[in-house]
Amino acid sequence: MVLVICVSFLVFSLMYMMPGDPVDMVVDRKVSLERKAEIAHELGYDQPFFTQYKNWVKGVIHGDFGRSTRYKSDVWDLMGARIPYSLKLCGWSLVIELLIALPLGLLCAMKKDGFFDRFTVNFSLLMTAVPAFWLGALFILLFAVKLGWLPISGYSGIKNYILPVATTVLSGMGGTLRITKTEVLEVFNEKYVTTAYAKGLPKRTVMIKHVLRNALVLVTTLVFMSIPWLISGAVVIEKIFGLPGMGNLLLNSIIVQDMPVVQAVLLLIAILTVICNLISDIVMGILDPRIRVSLSGGDN
Amino acid sequence: MSEELLRLENLSIDYKVKDGYLSAVNDVNCVVNKGEVFAIVGESGCGKSTVAHSIMNLLPGGNEEISGKIIFKGKDLRECTRQEMEAIRGKEIGMIFQNPLDSLNPVYKVGDQMAEAILLDKVDKQEAWNRVIKLFKDVKMPDAEERVNSFPHELSGGMRQRVMIAMMLSRNPELLIADEPTTALDVTIEAQILQIMKELKDKFNTAIMLITHNFGLVAEIADKIGIMYAGEMIESGDVFEIFAHPTHPYTQLLMQALPSKTKAEGRLKTIDGSVPRITEKKPGCRFANRCPYAKEICFNENPEAVFVGEGHYCRCHMVGKEEK
Repeated sequence: MVLVICVSFLVFSLMYMMPGDPVDMVVDRKVSLERKAEIAHELGYDQPFFTQYKNWVKGVIHGDFGRSTRYKSDVWDLMGARIPYSLKLCGWSLVIELLIALPLGLLCAMKKDGFFDRFTVNFSLLMTAVPAFWLGALFILLFAVKLGWLPISGYSGIKNYILPVATTVLSGMGGTLRITKTEVLEVFNEKYVTTAYAKGLPKRTVMIKHVLRNALVLVTTLVFMSIPWLISGAVVIEKIFGLPGMGNLLLNSIIVQDMPVVQAVLLLIAILTVICNLISDIVMGILDPRIRVSLSGGDN
Repeated sequence: MSEELLRLENLSIDYKVKDGYLSAVNDVNCVVNKGEVFAIVGESGCGKSTVAHSIMNLLPGGNEEISGKIIFKGKDLRECTRQEMEAIRGKEIGMIFQNPLDSLNPVYKVGDQMAEAILLDKVDKQEAWNRVIKLFKDVKMPDAEERVNSFPHELSGGMRQRVMIAMMLSRNPELLIADEPTTALDVTIEAQILQIMKELKDKFNTAIMLITHNFGLVAEIADKIGIMYAGEMIESGDVFEIFAHPTHPYTQLLMQALPSKTKAEGRLKTIDGSVPRITEKKPGCRFANRCPYAKEICFNENPEAVFVGEGHYCRCHMVGKEEK
């Protein structure tokens, strides 16, 4: 909660300190200084910094993020229309990334140093190293322009999501995969894995029920922590593929100094980050009973 | 009583290391009969645990080379496929590990972990659960009905070792390998665990291969004993026979190093020197460099196991020659 307040303050001051007059972006160059001052007064830009901040916070608490200076509409409505696109992109990317990275990480650990392991790890490393916007552009060139299988940009249907999701997954997968592999290798050496074998459990059961299950404790946390990264990555991806999501909105609003929108979007991302951290703590507690004890203060 | 259950024949295990091979176990022979307690005693790092793990085919894997035979009920375990081995583990051979603190999976309830093993026998869940509770009572777990719902971190070391014993006995294996079961526990708990193992042995007629460096434990429970030194089983035989007439110099020195409760004789005796790290196969007795009786032959020739008395073997050049 403290974090959210800090971020809101930072965001607000950053926007305040940004060079250029937001009023200039709203009106035409030929408008008189008097008229400009009038508009600034209307938007509240003539007031001292802290008063502006106070007014904004007051509004936010009441669910009013102000009005966009550019679109001349309520910020909340503006975001509401775009959140689904971003949510779909990030959600699908996350799900697919996990579905691919977790089993691959396990397989890589089991066949450590084999061809499969080396190929997968190096490939995913390469994909992480390559900038997402470049990869996205490459995909557009290959699949949309050359082969014409998929649309270049826009948002007319599911097909439009394939390329952006693929790009996000490929650039994010490497980290998750390597963390899974390292964790699994660590758990391999744990005594309880030997115990599980000694009980007579078949290899597959040991792998999934004991090794992967225990490795997941850390992996889940890291995945939840990576969601904010995913979102910030999606900003660029949305721009490239012309998806009308939050990222696109944010970028455009920064360019035209649409202060209420930028503030609202950044605040939302900050809140999301805090929530993700909270969820990761809770999930960790569910996965690992030892942490549950420390969370509940040692009670049974 | 004397039906053969497990026989190790010329078992040798080498670990590949950077500078060649590390001979962890060399030419070990021994026999464990049904319902019998066979104790393997030796210093740290003499290959006791390696022997135990190799029987279960649970060595870390990758860098060891095994030769010789591990015959369990007439079948060489080394030739078993993975599936066959999985069927033997837990069902016919159970194993308890040295450190009960991290031998249980921290994220599952102990009852569930035990039931998991029992369920492999295709019994229904309720039946398995009842057996878990019964086994908990067998190992004298206080509040058995409640403890099955505990997580490992909620139990003490002694309780966890009880869980391990219960878990490994849950499918009535004929052989239980106990790899230093009480080393990590304090003395009072050790006595209790020992008592439990003794009772269970009588109840289920389970053979136990007890790996330890504690002679007190051996005297208490074992029928036969094998003494290992630097990867070789230098002396083996009936426990009373060996305690009364140790023949190998190392065994003799070990016995002298035990504290005696009758005499206060100042400091305990020790054996000078330390265990050699055997990286290359060179001839000679492995104990030669520390042996007070070592002769020239000891450094040049590998001693063979010599028959001393009934079931009593000793690997020493001097044995049987002193009289001549």
